[in-house]
Amino acid sequence: MVKANKSKNNVKNLKTVSINNLSHFYGKNENKKQVLNDVNLNIDKGELVLLKGPSGCGKTTLLTLIGALRTCQSGDLTVLNNQLNGASRKTRQILRRSIGMIFQGHNLLRCLTAEQNVQMGADLIKGLTYLQRREIARNWLSAVGLEEHHKKLPNDLSGGQKQRVAIARALSANPKLLLADEPTSALDSVTGREIVTLLRKLAKEQNCSVLMVTHDPRISDMADRILNMEDGKIFSAHSELI
Amino acid sequence: MSFSFLKFRKIPLAWLLLTRQPLRLAVAIAGISFAGILMFMQLGFRDGLFDTSVTIHKLLDADLVLISPRSKSSISMSGFPKRRLIQTLAVEDVEKTAPVNLNYLLWRNPENLKTRSILALGFNPSDSLLLNEGFSKKAYKLRNPSRVLFDKLSRPEFGPIEKWFLSEKKVETEVAGKRVIVEGLVELGPSFGADGNLITSRETFLRLFPANPPGSIEIGLVKLKKGSDPELISRILNNSLPNDVRVLTKNQFIEFEKNYWKNSTAIGFIFSLGALMGFVVGCVVVYQILYSDVTDHLPEYATLLAMGYRIKSLFFVVAREGFLLALFGYLPAYFCGQILYSVIRSSTKLPIIMDAEKTILIFVLVLVMCMGSAAVAMRKLVDADPAEIF
Repeated sequence: MVKANKSKNNVKNLKTVSINNLSHFYGKNENKKQVLNDVNLNIDKGELVLLKGPSGCGKTTLLTLIGALRTCQSGDLTVLNNQLNGASRKTRQILRRSIGMIFQGHNLLRCLTAEQNVQMGADLIKGLTYLQRREIARNWLSAVGLEEHHKKLPNDLSGGQKQRVAIARALSANPKLLLADEPTSALDSVTGREIVTLLRKLAKEQNCSVLMVTHDPRISDMADRILNMEDGKIFSAHSELI
Repeated sequence: MSFSFLKFRKIPLAWLLLTRQPLRLAVAIAGISFAGILMFMQLGFRDGLFDTSVTIHKLLDADLVLISPRSKSSISMSGFPKRRLIQTLAVEDVEKTAPVNLNYLLWRNPENLKTRSILALGFNPSDSLLLNEGFSKKAYKLRNPSRVLFDKLSRPEFGPIEKWFLSEKKVETEVAGKRVIVEGLVELGPSFGADGNLITSRETFLRLFPANPPGSIEIGLVKLKKGSDPELISRILNNSLPNDVRVLTKNQFIEFEKNYWKNSTAIGFIFSLGALMGFVVGCVVVYQILYSDVTDHLPEYATLLAMGYRIKSLFFVVAREGFLLALFGYLPAYFCGQILYSVIRSSTKLPIIMDAEKTILIFVLVLVMCMGSAAVAMRKLVDADPAEIF
């Protein structure tokens, strides 16, 4: 019996994200609208999963729930072994330090240089000196090919360069899970592929799982798994409800 | 060698947020400085009033001062019997005494012949009246009748007395309709109660103001022997002397005068209200600046929350912005205050000085103003919803 439980735990530990019957609603009473409908999903360590679907189908809501940015209303949601249904604000805040987020609009701090923006991520790592944290930021900027632009402010960078800075920032905190919302939407096809290639490479090196919301068909071949979402439900790429 | 402090060093986010828009920062600093200058001026005038009202009190060469219980302040002194001062000599610790008459008399400007009220002090030239060095030599000249010492810091409306005196011209004029000759100059300074001062002998004083009974004085100065306790002796004298006289230590006498201006007039209240207005104006300016700063950067704050930063860390960023604004707003206010004090001192001769008490008090007020406004602006941070940034 003990052996069976241990085995079950080991299986659980291999999953970065484990979702069972997750539902989510917006509004109250007659305005109440269900956006997620009994969603079930598992994401393994180091896996790159693409999530596609029409606008308003619940992709972003799912992303924000996995990212511990919203409170979970119904169902089980376990991220990095933390059950988020009923989790406190503090638990969610601490968990977010292990989750890297890449936003569609970059959301770089306009008053900080590229290096400082990346260092804001590295600053969340405990026990490092300022110089070590700066070194990490420089290394990540170098990894995304922006070592020569480290002193530039976001306004002086192109859209692709800003997205690279955002990726470097997300990765600089050593995340175990990376959530990306349309990271290639503002990029040309070459840069978009470069970015996803980079994400995949860096994620594999760090054994970090990636869940990416995208409509971009040009990067589909790079995913380990593609999921489709419609009306709050998740299907596999072959329209099989999971 | 370990540099543990480097672990706590962070990117100066508050500083970078503030300096990102230099024009807005300049406006904020100007607003805070204006509020600071306003407070410096109002509190300066208030303290200047209180200080000028005791300029002469501070210069009196005495450990104890006798006054009438009916006296309210130097502008409404009542007389008491001079013999009460003589009675104090019965106490062993009393070394010497000096009777002083004090009243307002009309001075005629010798140039344009206009009259103006001047505070006149009458004393025995052989007594020690003021702590001022060299005063006794000047007082010697008052032994001749109708001689006065004129306060050269008096308002110019009394005439070009100093100029004439220094050019060795005989300065002659009328006080209370009687002829007097200026025999010397002293430095006392005008107050809100008196635009000018003169010192004369008791004999001349009584001639100028014959209604004053010769046996009545307004102030009795008591000098104690070295090592005596003024508090103790004043208690002994208050117990032993009749109720028609009140014995104060010199400090109590100074406080007696200040309290009159503080409590019996609206002047203290008016200037304190002026300072409060400056404080409120500053609060509004800083709040507007910090509130719009937080609103502008709300998506960035939400991003930081999404990354795992605590909302407390963001509160500290806003608090640090408030502190930096306080610091940068206070420094120009302090230096402008110094310049304005100097201009006021030279044009009005009021002893408005930048003392440590005012320097610290206004810095604390500016700090409270900025930190309080930052605390209110922080409420906007709660609107930073990390879920909305996806």
